Amino acid sequence: MFELIFFSVLNGLVFGMLLFMLSSGLTLIFGMMGVLNFAHAGFYMLGAYLAYTLSRYLGFWPALLVAPLLVGIIGALVERFGLRRVHRFGHVAELIFTFGVAIVIEEIVQLVWGRPAKAYEVPALLDFALFRFMQTSFPAYKAFMLLISVAIFVFLFAILTRTRAGLIIQASLTHPGMVAMLGHNVPRVFMVVFGIGSALAGLAGVIAGPVLGTFPGMAQVLGSIVFVVVVIGGLGSLTGAFVASLLIGIVQTFAVALDISVGSVLAAAGLPPLGTTGVLHELWQVTVAQVAPIMPYVLLVLILIIRPTGLFGTRET
Amino acid sequence: MSTPARATAPALAVPALARARWRRYAAWLAAVLVVAVLPHVVTAPAAVPVMNQMGIAIVFALSYNMLLGQGGMLSFGHAVYLGLGGFIAAHALNLAARDVLYLPVPLLPLVGGLGGLFFGALFGSFSTRRAGTVFAMISLGVGELMAASSLILNAFFGGEEGITANRTKAPLLLGLEFTTDRQVYYLIAFWALATAALMYGFSRTPAGRMANAVRDNPERAEFVGYSAQRVRFVSFCASGFFAGIAGGLFAINYEILTAENMGLTASGAVLLMTYIGGIGYFMGPIIGAVVFTFLQSMLSDYTGMWLLYLGILFLATVLYVPAGLAGLLMMHAPAWRAGRFRRLLGPYALTALFGLVAAVGVIGLLEMVHFMAAASAARSTKRLFWMTVHVRTLWPWLAFAALLVAGAAGARRAAPAAAAAFNEASRPAGLP
Repeated sequence: MFELIFFSVLNGLVFGMLLFMLSSGLTLIFGMMGVLNFAHAGFYMLGAYLAYTLSRYLGFWPALLVAPLLVGIIGALVERFGLRRVHRFGHVAELIFTFGVAIVIEEIVQLVWGRPAKAYEVPALLDFALFRFMQTSFPAYKAFMLLISVAIFVFLFAILTRTRAGLIIQASLTHPGMVAMLGHNVPRVFMVVFGIGSALAGLAGVIAGPVLGTFPGMAQVLGSIVFVVVVIGGLGSLTGAFVASLLIGIVQTFAVALDISVGSVLAAAGLPPLGTTGVLHELWQVTVAQVAPIMPYVLLVLILIIRPTGLFGTRET
Repeated sequence: MSTPARATAPALAVPALARARWRRYAAWLAAVLVVAVLPHVVTAPAAVPVMNQMGIAIVFALSYNMLLGQGGMLSFGHAVYLGLGGFIAAHALNLAARDVLYLPVPLLPLVGGLGGLFFGALFGSFSTRRAGTVFAMISLGVGELMAASSLILNAFFGGEEGITANRTKAPLLLGLEFTTDRQVYYLIAFWALATAALMYGFSRTPAGRMANAVRDNPERAEFVGYSAQRVRFVSFCASGFFAGIAGGLFAINYEILTAENMGLTASGAVLLMTYIGGIGYFMGPIIGAVVFTFLQSMLSDYTGMWLLYLGILFLATVLYVPAGLAGLLMMHAPAWRAGRFRRLLGPYALTALFGLVAAVGVIGLLEMVHFMAAASAARSTKRLFWMTVHVRTLWPWLAFAALLVAGAAGARRAAPAAAAAFNEASRPAGLP
């Protein structure tokens, strides 16, 4: 039991920090433009695919640097020539625009790399078990993922709170008019933040690709979860995104590991089963592990009903 | 939309209104006639199935626009109501086939509609409290929730294979049989026209008008004394009902429903077609559904990347014509009424020609990239635009890139002239 809890917490941390790398960019972009970026998970996928191709020619380590950079540039271009144009048509048009970008990215990835999953592997240098604890071993690559995402977290935090550029970004989030009056180019700040957010998503893709798989559906698998994270955490709140990332990461990992159903609990308590066929019976037999994929969405709907601003948010739209 | 009528002088108002009403009746009558003769005019073998698909898409897109266009609610999970209505209709059809209940096929969409209404009321009760991003997120959450549950509850959703039904086994009503696609076409046409008329009627009821008011300014609507939530809820339920009818038609036409019909992709498709058609006009979703379905069935014959082309078309719509195709048409009404439409044709044709050249360039490049990625290494030529292209040489790449650059540059040069011509032609008569 202790073994299960230990590894679930550890894996939950790895997954949660990965989610944070995605959700931090998404929530910053939202705070800035008031728009949820549907294409964010697309940039994550683009990062993984670019890193796959680059690592075949340059090796994994250069790809770790170059792929996020490329994704960041693509993101900045999308902001400069797409979103900025649509901005004057209102938030709904912007949201719909990013939705279209997400579709186009997914289709372009299929066009260039094809439909089958790519064999994007863990680099040989990190392909060993870091330690063994009781019966389970912990791969070094997961520790590396954790290291990278914690480093990014510290880096981001330091930049936003300790540097002049960070202060300008923070000020642009809340008082764009005032910042512009002081002589800063606010549209350019927006473009840079959008680029950095996309680059972070790309980096998440680079390091998650070998573990979670590099395939055309990878954006959809994680995209909705990241949305759940930023909405639960509170739109625009970095702290909220951090807490919600870890929460969802750990809840998901624990749920997958549990093989308990209502029926088994009833049986353990010595109660007779309720019906032997039909929908009710089926509901009773569903295990927690099977429900794991829908848990984030249940959480999302519940949070939005009870507290539409999310856990740490201050505004709704 | 209704402002010009109010602007006319009171003495003129009555005949003008009467004329407008007659024009509207004439439009509906024309729609009935067109729908009735269409399968006899278009005789291509694949035409009737595509038109059936269009009919279902029209009902679905119109129901979606009750939310997005008329109610200001951006939903990312509307396929849930089509899907659930469809599943319920499919189960009802199976029960009818086993004589458990008397339910002829023509009434089946109503069962789907009631299913959609039930789930619309259920999910709408908490999701319509707010509009904007919160509503969009809840709809996304509900959509993902249902898509994920469909893989768990096998008895209702049928797992991976879905639920199949057989429309020929159900009892007959007035001896109407549904064995061929054409018979189904007339059933779908009847329901599409009836629901379109109902939805148009709904948009003109006080409930529909209040939905517009709540969309534009919920705070003021609340001050007038309406609960914004209740107004949204009524729209949401009605929208779920009509989406469920589309689901019932889907069950009749395809005789199978799978979890895919409820997924995010299906919800995204209805957003795409509605937005391309234009969310500001009642006709918009109809145009969008017809164009989208046509392109989808056409393009999927020629290329595996039809969704990419539709996505690009969608992005272009959002960027350049946010009012959609219907908005583009309606924009030219003043010029048409002033009799100056012919002056536009020249500048428009020039811009369109350059746009076409650029489009050929883009399509050529994309198709060649696709070829490089997908075709086996032994093949080196591809049929493209009625030519044999040697993809593995440099020249076609340069040629298509040149077409793209020349077309884009030309369109950029020609567009201001077209815009100037449009402004000139649209200025009110009598003004210098």
